[in-house]
Amino acid sequence: MGILHAVLVAPFVDIASNPRFLAEVLIGGVASGLMYSLVALGFVLIFKASGVFNFAQGVMVLFAALNLVGLMDLGVPVPVALVLTMAIMVALAFAIERVVLRPLVNQEHIILFMATIGLNFFLEGFGEMIWGANVKKLDVGIPDRSFITAGIQMNQLELIAAVTAGILVAVLAVFFQRTRIGRALRAVADDHEAALSIGIPLKTIWVVVWSVAGLVAIVAGIMWGAKSGVQFSLSLIALKALPVLILGGFTSVPGAIVGGLIIGVGEKIGEVYWGPLVGGAIENWFAYVVALAFLLFRPQGLYGERIIERV
Amino acid sequence: MIYREAGQFKSTYASDQAIFPITQDRVVVLLAVAAAFLVPPLFANEYWLQAILIPFLVYALAALGLNLLTGYAGQLSLGTGGFMAVGAYSAFKLSTAFPWLNIILVFLLSGLIAALVGIVFGIPSLRIKGFYLAVATLASQFFLIWLFNKVPWFVNYASSGTITAPGRTVLGVMVTGPNATAAARYVVALSFVVVFALLAKNLVRGRVGRSWMAIRDRDIAAEIIGVRPLRTKLLAFAISSFYCGIAGAELVFLFLGSAETLAFDITQSFLVLFMVIVGGLGSVLGSILGAAFIIVVPIFLTNVPHTLGIALSVALLKQIELMVFGGLILFFLIVEPHGLARLWQIGKEKLRLWPFPH
Repeated sequence: MGILHAVLVAPFVDIASNPRFLAEVLIGGVASGLMYSLVALGFVLIFKASGVFNFAQGVMVLFAALNLVGLMDLGVPVPVALVLTMAIMVALAFAIERVVLRPLVNQEHIILFMATIGLNFFLEGFGEMIWGANVKKLDVGIPDRSFITAGIQMNQLELIAAVTAGILVAVLAVFFQRTRIGRALRAVADDHEAALSIGIPLKTIWVVVWSVAGLVAIVAGIMWGAKSGVQFSLSLIALKALPVLILGGFTSVPGAIVGGLIIGVGEKIGEVYWGPLVGGAIENWFAYVVALAFLLFRPQGLYGERIIERV
Repeated sequence: MIYREAGQFKSTYASDQAIFPITQDRVVVLLAVAAAFLVPPLFANEYWLQAILIPFLVYALAALGLNLLTGYAGQLSLGTGGFMAVGAYSAFKLSTAFPWLNIILVFLLSGLIAALVGIVFGIPSLRIKGFYLAVATLASQFFLIWLFNKVPWFVNYASSGTITAPGRTVLGVMVTGPNATAAARYVVALSFVVVFALLAKNLVRGRVGRSWMAIRDRDIAAEIIGVRPLRTKLLAFAISSFYCGIAGAELVFLFLGSAETLAFDITQSFLVLFMVIVGGLGSVLGSILGAAFIIVVPIFLTNVPHTLGIALSVALLKQIELMVFGGLILFFLIVEPHGLARLWQIGKEKLRLWPFPH
């Protein structure tokens, strides 16, 4: 009885007794959820267009942030450093397409997945060899201050991250729906062969997609770097983005955002109200369990393409 | 190989379906196994046994287990580290709670416990497929590690949070713990690999293996021809976790001596997956070759600059190692996506026709 009460009743009493605190928890959850979404977006873009589950997205975030910080430390002004980093990420996309994707075209998904893990190791070693492995502070002029509105504590950085994520999604949506190349991307995602047969150049499309994912990685890198410093552990946020990904669906841009929100809020609430019951530190696996529970009812994720199975 | 099967006629089904139908193959394999049992314990030094051969054998067993699940049954799993941890912690609890229990039996029992846990975490595979499943298996990885970290009962309330292998004997010879010789531990690890590789080879040739492959190739079609997906998938998870559990127990008892949960984190899962992919999906021999490759390469990379007389800082060395390791994996996937096992097969076919390929 005592256990049941502690699990099923007491946390809700807590929630009801202090709505202001709940609001703070919720806002914190939304903010961190959007940060996860920023990373998950990169995964979705690449999976949508090329069917590659790009495990190296987390390291791409780290790599982008490392380049940005490294260039800024050399005395390059922020806008120039930003443009240079973008150029590096686009060059990286070209290199990946040429060296990794092109020879592996038509291989099974798991082989491509493994290739991105190899890429993961390579980029990690490469980035740290050039810029060093010590923790660096990324300061692009976003203040990390807390302020209080309507009695609720909020963090400026998190707010900016939320706005950025929103803008990014809007831009990506327009890009996918309205531009010529966006249409080509959707065609490739639908059917590689049909897209090829009407003259869409697959190689160019891949370069574009990996470049866009690289640019998204820069945004994620700036936000995460400003929040927790630029260091190896930045690449581990990929593991945080994975439950977001399966929850939202591998192929859905809005899914990445909604999934991020659900995971972020669920994680914070679980950690604050139920975490102490089991000794805390549950945020490592809680997100996965939430995602798993959803998946049991919708195996393709919230917004994923419906799985039609036929022989 | 350079010899052929000419003149070896099969007159029974049994001899036709033997694992090694050619007499020469059989003799070579038997000799190789005998040599593996005799040569290293007698001639290899402590460093070779401890740093290369024992971890190779332990990981070969784990790779074998994962290959059954991923290569044969087609269920991509990233939870290997978690299942290995289950095996290791069960072996620790069993051997400390029942000190009189034979250590071989302890290993097998902890494999069984890991198999049960594997069944539980395999249940989602009935509905979730492909990469969704791969991410879902990460849940088992993180949850199990968290569990072993949080509940002090698993480490017998040791304040350090580590598990240490107690000394146990088999047939009067100390095989685990700090007092066991590397040679004794090597022989135990080798025996497990030989027995379970043989078991796996027979498993995948029989009804079970065929139903796994049917599920892997197209699960709906398999279901229609009468393969039960529930039983088949869960059996794959159970047997795979059994192998991984034993490998985990061996990792602590035969190789590391003592360990904490850090020894079973997500990198272990990836390492074993690498072995399976580099070695060859759906190949028993491939798992073993892959394990050898992944174990030897980092050791090789660490030693090369040293022997060449180039002095590099430790951090730089580690970064170069990561780069070369990642690069090698990319290289191997591009050159031969089907792994070392396929290379071996191609080599064998070439040799058969040698020196007159036309």
